[in-house]
Amino acid sequence: MKSKNFIAYLTLSRKEINRILRIWPQTLVPSMITQSLYFIIFGNFIGSRLGDIAGVSYVAFIVPGLVMMSIINNSYTNVSGSFFSSKFMGSIEELLVSPAPNWVIIAGYATAGIFRGILVGLLVFFISCLFTRPQIHNIIIVAIFVILTSAVFSLAGFLNGILAKKFDDISIFPTFILTPLTYLGGVFYSVKSLPAFWQSVSNFNPILYMINGFRFGLYGYSDVNIMMSLMIIIFFIIFQISLIVYILQKGYGLKS
Amino acid sequence: MTQIMNAITIKGLSKTYKNGTQALKNIDLEIREGDFFALLGANGAGKTTIINILTGLVIKSSGNIKIFDMDIDHNHQAAKRLMGVVPQEFNVNVFERVHDIVVNQAGYYGLNRKQALDRAEELLNAMDLWEKRNQVARELSGGMKRRLMITRALMHQPKLLILDEPTASVDVELRHGMWKYLHRLNDSGSTILLTTHYLEEVEQMCRTAAIIKEGQIIKNEPVKTLIQLLHLEEYIITVKKIQNIKKLSQYQIMVIDDHTFELEIDREHQLNNFLADLPKTGMKTTDIRTKGFRLEKLFINMLKD
Repeated sequence: MKSKNFIAYLTLSRKEINRILRIWPQTLVPSMITQSLYFIIFGNFIGSRLGDIAGVSYVAFIVPGLVMMSIINNSYTNVSGSFFSSKFMGSIEELLVSPAPNWVIIAGYATAGIFRGILVGLLVFFISCLFTRPQIHNIIIVAIFVILTSAVFSLAGFLNGILAKKFDDISIFPTFILTPLTYLGGVFYSVKSLPAFWQSVSNFNPILYMINGFRFGLYGYSDVNIMMSLMIIIFFIIFQISLIVYILQKGYGLKS
Repeated sequence: MTQIMNAITIKGLSKTYKNGTQALKNIDLEIREGDFFALLGANGAGKTTIINILTGLVIKSSGNIKIFDMDIDHNHQAAKRLMGVVPQEFNVNVFERVHDIVVNQAGYYGLNRKQALDRAEELLNAMDLWEKRNQVARELSGGMKRRLMITRALMHQPKLLILDEPTASVDVELRHGMWKYLHRLNDSGSTILLTTHYLEEVEQMCRTAAIIKEGQIIKNEPVKTLIQLLHLEEYIITVKKIQNIKKLSQYQIMVIDDHTFELEIDREHQLNNFLADLPKTGMKTTDIRTKGFRLEKLFINMLKD
C-alpha cells in the first residue's frame, strides 16, 4: 500500500504535469521554435561555412548545447513560474496547511520541472535530427546528465519561486544570470578555442560542465573532465536541497 | 464513563510579527471535542492569527498547542490530518477545475485516487456544485467559491473544522443553507471553530464563544451564559395602533412605525409591570417577541470597556 506521503507526492506531481500538458502552447512550443531558428541560422546558414569541431559538423556540435539550453530554461521557468503563481494566488496554502511534508512539496515541483525539461529537450533533439544526424556515444551518460541538470535547475527555480516577492523577481535570474551563463557555457563553441584567460574564466561557469557532460554522452568529446562535471552537478543538487529545506522550515517567504 | 477530550488546547500562546505588532498576548483557550465554538472579535483582534497558527501558516512566538492531545510542534503531520480549514480569503488556483481542486486536496491528505473521486462526488453533490465540476474556479460566483472552499476542507473528513468568516459576503439564503450543513456536521460529531462578524450566527449555532480583544481573550463562556450577562432584554411589540405612548415614558421605547415599537427593559424590571401599564394607553397588543442578536449588544459593550 502506498504511504500517505507518497500519494501526496504523486498528486502534486500529476497536478503540475497536467498543467504543463494543458498549457502546451506556452510550455512546449516556444523552445521548439527558438531552437529551430538557432539550427537554421547558426547550424545551416553560418555553420555550413565553418569546418568540423571535435570531429563533427558545426550543426552537430551545437546540438547538445541547444538541447541542454532548452532543458535548463524549461526546468527553471516551470518551477519558478508555477510555484510563484501558487504563492501569488494563495493556493500554495492548500499544500502548506496539509500534512504533506516539505520533501513532498520539493519533490513534487521538481518532478514536474524535470518532466518539462526532458520533454522539451527530447522535442528539440528530434528537431535537430532534421538538420543533422546526432550520434549517441553513451545513453547512460546522456540520461544522467539530462536528469541531473534538469533537477539542478528545477531546484533553482523552486528557490527563486520561494524568494520572489513579485513577478519581476522570477525573470531577473533567468535574464541576467542564467541566459548569459548558458550562452557562455560552450553552446556554440568549444572553450578550447578561447584564449587561455577566457578559458580559465569559463571554468567558473557551472553550465559549461553540464553542456560538456551531455556532449560527451552524445559524441564522446568534452572540453572538461566528466567526473568533475558530475561532482559539480551533485554538489549543486545537495546544496540547493539543503537550502530549500532550511528555508521551508523557517517559513521564509511563505509564513509570517 | 468516556471522558471528552479537548479538540484544541492552547496554552500561553503569543505572537509578535516582524514589524513589532503583538497580535496575541499569552492566550489560553480550550475547545471541547464536539463543540460548536465561536471566536469573536473586531478586525485585527487576533482571530485569524490564532487560526493561522493552528494550521501552520503563521509561526507562533511562544506557547503550546495541542489538537486532540497531539502537540503541533512534535506531531504536526498527524495534527494537521485532523483539521480542515476554510480560510477567510479565496485561496484556490482560479485556473483549475472545481473537480481537480477538491480531488487534489484529498491527495495531499493521503486519500488514494479512488477514495478521492468518490468523496468528491459525494461532497460536490451535497454542496450543490456537482454540475459545476468541470468549470474553472474563476467562473464560479462568490457563493459557489465559498462552498468550494468548504468542500475542499471536508474532503479528508476532518474531526475539527475551522472556518474563518465563512459567511462573509454570502447572501442570506446561502448563509442559512451553510448553517444547516454545519449544524448537521456538528451533530455528526465534528468539532467546529468559526470566526464571524455575524452575531446572529453565533446565537443560532454556537454552544460556546470566546471574545478576543487586542490579542487577549476577554470572555470565554457558553453562549447562553454570555446572553445572561446582558442586563437588558429587548422586545418588539406590535399593537393595532400606537397611541398615548407618552404614558409609558418611564420605559425606553423606540417607535418603528404606526404599529410597532421596540422596548428595552431592565431584567429586574419585570415585563409584567410593562404589560400592566400598557392598557393605560389604550393600545391593543397583537404580538410580542424578543429581539434576537442580543450578543451584538454585549459584544459592543465589551469591546468598548
